[in-house]
Amino acid sequence: MSDIGAPAGLGTALGDTAALIGRHLRHLRRTPEKVIAITLTPVTMVIVLGYLFASVVTVTGSGEYHDYVMAGVFAQVGLTCVGVAALGVAADLRTGLIDRFRSLPMGRATVLVGHTAADLLTTATATGAVALAGLGVGWRIHKDLGSAALGFVLVLAFAYAMLWLGALIGMVLSNAEAINGISALFLVALSFLSNSFMPLTGLPGWLRAVAEWNPVSLVAGACRELWGNAPAVVGDSLPDRHPVLLAVIVVAGLLAVLIPVDLRIYRTAVTR
Amino acid sequence: MMDTAIRATGLGKRYGEHHALKGVDLEVAAGTVLGLLGPNGAGKTTTVRLLATLLEPDQGRAEVAGFDVVRQQRQVRRRIGLAGQYAAVDGLLTGRENLELLGRLLHLGRKGARDRAAELLARFELEDAAGKPAQTYSGGMRRRLDLAAALIGRPAVLFLDEPTTGLDPASRLVLWEMVREQVAQGVTVLLTTQYLEEADFLADRILVIDTGRVIAEGTPDELKRKVGDEWLEVGVGTEAALPQALAVLAPVAAAKPEVDLSGRRITVQLADGIGTIAAAAVALETAGVPVTDFALRRPSLDDVFFQLTGRGAQVGRAPEQAAPQAERAEPEQRDQPEEPAGRNEERVPVAAAAGRTGDQQ
Repeated sequence: MSDIGAPAGLGTALGDTAALIGRHLRHLRRTPEKVIAITLTPVTMVIVLGYLFASVVTVTGSGEYHDYVMAGVFAQVGLTCVGVAALGVAADLRTGLIDRFRSLPMGRATVLVGHTAADLLTTATATGAVALAGLGVGWRIHKDLGSAALGFVLVLAFAYAMLWLGALIGMVLSNAEAINGISALFLVALSFLSNSFMPLTGLPGWLRAVAEWNPVSLVAGACRELWGNAPAVVGDSLPDRHPVLLAVIVVAGLLAVLIPVDLRIYRTAVTR
Repeated sequence: MMDTAIRATGLGKRYGEHHALKGVDLEVAAGTVLGLLGPNGAGKTTTVRLLATLLEPDQGRAEVAGFDVVRQQRQVRRRIGLAGQYAAVDGLLTGRENLELLGRLLHLGRKGARDRAAELLARFELEDAAGKPAQTYSGGMRRRLDLAAALIGRPAVLFLDEPTTGLDPASRLVLWEMVREQVAQGVTVLLTTQYLEEADFLADRILVIDTGRVIAEGTPDELKRKVGDEWLEVGVGTEAALPQALAVLAPVAAAKPEVDLSGRRITVQLADGIGTIAAAAVALETAGVPVTDFALRRPSLDDVFFQLTGRGAQVGRAPEQAAPQAERAEPEQRDQPEEPAGRNEERVPVAAAAGRTGDQQ
């Protein structure tokens, strides 16, 4: 019998992950419509919000509406990751590919890391397109490069957490229609119950607290802060006063919880 | 090389309240094929998933290729190949890319993976389609690619979970030959199937499981012998000739012959086995009985299966005391082949007797 492979180490794990990312990139090349949809949807939003809404919406204490709303659109890009990852993982489960991968001598994180890392590349592309579209409608970053970059890192980290959430949903619900339903619900509930498009001043107290602690609000608020897009007048709640710190903590917390849960579920995920 | 490639003792698995496996023991000698036979829901797939490290048992233990399936998963996974019910190939990747991806994941290196993929594509007659996405493949091609994928790492033990379900007879034969080729090279195979013919063709030993338990084990021949000996079936031209034929056959019969009136058919357990055939033929000829059909039949694995599990083509048939008369009353219905290649009557080529008569007790 031939000896297959060296003992598992970081090198082999990275090689395995690279091979799986290569697989997903091939998928994207063969289904360009998927990339286009993922990229064009938020770009369309930028244009609609930046031109159409900007002409009628004024955010108290803020300059231009497009300065306010761009952080919200970036957070939305992160939210759409839920559905993308869920559908990808569910398809692999349905076809038995996950079983095949699990019967290989790979680290148990490899398959999910490959999935989420490849999807993160797509998300990064979409984020870049959104940024360009934003610049096109007049959005500007008013802070230094370092804090601007930190904002984008935060957006992608949030997206990465949402990819792991999506992978989890994909493993639990293998049905594509159920996944579409759940991720649409996620998108609507979390993006509209947040400060993405409008400040939360109009909400009743309890709902406002919920919306302020919504990770989408935290990420959008943090990005506004980091990009110099925040309204001059901010509230005095904890999330209003420390958006960056809280966003970092919450996103790190999401990743710290979701990744181990995903890996645990993955271990027992069966083809249904 | 170990002598026993797969060994399981008291393997049990529960899903909530449902006991999918209730203590299965099995042993497969290296280089042989074990056929795992059983109706849907018997626990075949669960057994494969446990042995292939996809599930962990709730009780019992198992070793594959000398390594424990729970504590030494990685070592087991390096030595097994798995081809499942679903032909688990990536439809968006080409055949070649599918195999190369698995080769890389098995750490054959870029070049190693490429070479191995090319070798398997050639052997499995997929070279022409190697550059096309697997989703464009026919069912048979997908199964071949799936089997090739399972063989990338030159596994010592191959698990095939219903490898030919849904295939047409020709594709099935091709796949069987490919499995045999692997066995000839020393690969140990555990095969689950619902096709008794498949088990008969491929398996050295057969394990019949039902509702999570092993209910029979042996070589195909041993299992068939458990059901009974050969019997003679005589078809008679006219109903009027039946009594005459019965009288003539009585001296060579070991037990009272059974008569199927509507089918004008007599079934006789021979007193002296095959030796009595000539005597029976001569007696019929001498008496001038109009014989339309004269066949020696042996139990098929279907007979074994139906008798052991009490499940089969006939509705409401009890496993042990199947009533031959009642059953014979509707031979046409039973004669419908369930699926194209699924008949496996072994018969002495005397005549073309059709029909599965399952209960020579």
